[in-house]
Amino acid sequence: MTVILEAVKLSRSFRLPRTGFGKERAMRLALVDVDLQVNQGARLGIVGESGSGKTTLARLLLGLDTPTAGFVKFRNEPLVGQDMYQFRRDVQVVFQDPRSSLNPRMSVENIIREPLECLNVPGDQTARIDEVLTAVGLSLDLRHRFAHELSGGQRQRVAIARALAPHPKVLIADEPVSALDVLVRDEILGLLAGLTDNLGLTLILISHDLSVIARLCEDVVVMQNGVIAERGKTADVFQFPQHEFTKKLIAAVPRLPSNS
Amino acid sequence: MLLEVRNLTIRFGSTTVVDDVSFDVDAGERLGIIGESGSGKTLTSLAVIGLLPDVANISGSIKFNGQELTDLKDRELSSIRGKHIGMVFQEPLTALNPLMRVGKQIAQPLRNHQGMSLKEGMKRAIALCERVGLPDPDRIVRSFPHQLSGGQRQRIGLAIALACSPALLIADEPTTALDVTVQKEVLKLMNDLVSQEGSALIFVSHDLPVVSSMTERVAVMQHGNIVELASVDALFANATNDYSKMLIRTAQLSDDSFARFTTGSAQ
Ligand SMILES: Nc1ncnc2c1ncn2[C@@H]1O[C@H](COP(=O)(O)OP(=O)(O)OP(=O)(O)O)[C@@H](O)[C@H]1O
Ligand SMILES: Nc1ncnc2c1ncn2[C@@H]1O[C@H](COP(=O)(O)OP(=O)(O)OP(=O)(O)O)[C@@H](O)[C@H]1O
Ligand SMILES: [Mg+2]
Ligand SMILES: [Mg+2]
Repeated sequence: MTVILEAVKLSRSFRLPRTGFGKERAMRLALVDVDLQVNQGARLGIVGESGSGKTTLARLLLGLDTPTAGFVKFRNEPLVGQDMYQFRRDVQVVFQDPRSSLNPRMSVENIIREPLECLNVPGDQTARIDEVLTAVGLSLDLRHRFAHELSGGQRQRVAIARALAPHPKVLIADEPVSALDVLVRDEILGLLAGLTDNLGLTLILISHDLSVIARLCEDVVVMQNGVIAERGKTADVFQFPQHEFTKKLIAAVPRLPSNS
Repeated sequence: MLLEVRNLTIRFGSTTVVDDVSFDVDAGERLGIIGESGSGKTLTSLAVIGLLPDVANISGSIKFNGQELTDLKDRELSSIRGKHIGMVFQEPLTALNPLMRVGKQIAQPLRNHQGMSLKEGMKRAIALCERVGLPDPDRIVRSFPHQLSGGQRQRIGLAIALACSPALLIADEPTTALDVTVQKEVLKLMNDLVSQEGSALIFVSHDLPVVSSMTERVAVMQHGNIVELASVDALFANATNDYSKMLIRTAQLSDDSFARFTTGSAQ
């Protein structure tokens, strides 16, 4: 097993707004001493409490934010000092809030073309755009639309298409299927599974939907309050949760009335 | 009838995105809307609160408490919006003002519609943050949207929508960014508030287990149409439309396979 992406004692704290005149500005420890190794070709799930630091961790792994302490390693070398151009080609992201991460002044086509152009991805760009749009189940008629002219789930799929377009080695996806109906969601999960199985894509999937993690990810980490509360094989963690929070999480998964 | 939607049709140029949709919501009633991504759920909701983009062409009728909303001017609509109809938007970040502390944003409808002072409004804002389960509300109200996590922002959206105890609450995917333990609390809170205030609820979601626990009747949308509208029990027991059947079947399979996974009986 080759480790492709690694967090070493990663911490991030934020200064908080004052709660009144003359009061101290407290710090929020959004992430505390997190160690994490992601193997090449693995599908790792991250679940956890809302506000536990999942998005913060993702931004640090992507080099979009600077840790307060600790560091990120990519292909066994510290990320700081690496050729960021190559890193961007290899590591792509789907952000949690698709609307604010898509350029409002660009058409769908140009949103997907941008990384192809900026990262000098070889091959026919238009053909690749059609290919990824089709792969995420979007009609090619949408290519001239702007992001605000799409539905929430269509925007989410444009974000996935953009991330996949440059053939990344690692995809970090923050709640990528939360706005999709179950039929489309299953297609996207199948697409991501196929890319890791057939093309060796490494996937880090952040989701509140435990059934999505169960279906797709062999390994899982459970976060609470800026730390990893529990980690292991998804099957073990979901079947024999050790940490109180994991137990609560699994017990709270909503069930269908006809099925429970 | 609190809300009567008749033959609602929404077009962008020559494309029809909502096609002749009709439904009612009685006072205190809860309607779920599920269906295909891109089928018109959000646009139907936005039409009800009069927030469709200007380029949209709308026809048909939307009556709220007997008053026709499609004829109203912007100013008249905004006095209904927030006060009588509250909405939780699908993408919380875009619905919030990035330059204003979130406490002020929660207090705004209270100040506009109930004439509260800023100080009173802020006090209510902190209380509302507490009610939607936000930890450390004193600090949260002083934060800007980008300083909050996805789930924290979503709960701010809910606090804004609930601020004036609206007669109709429209919640468009209100819990997608919440972990299931917080989701459970927030749904319970919505449930309690809706029952206490006797508010009606339109709950839009892809999460069928959640919709079935929150609503009594469900409309299934596909390609701009309501293809089926039935009680939750009838829909899950025997859906009649092919698309609804497929949607429900897929949700049931996913529910079953997760149950097997957690009990170790997965094949
Ligand atoms: N720029 C910032 N300034 C101050 N605090 C911040 C900032 N960004 C994040 N935080 C805080 O750090 C904590 C972790 O946030 P993060 O977005 O990583 O959570 P999350 O696990 O992704 O949650 P969710 O599931 O709700 O999206 C939260 O308490 C949040 O309020
Ligand atoms: N400004 C616009 N111009 C043209 N088409 C639009 C515009 N806004 C939305 N649409 C189209 O209208 C249809 C309905 O959109 P809507 O947002 O109501 O879908 P939805 O059912 O809420 O989907 P989701 O579950 O993905 O959020 C979509 O196919 C979308 O592409
Ligand atoms: Mg997040
Ligand atoms: Mg929508």
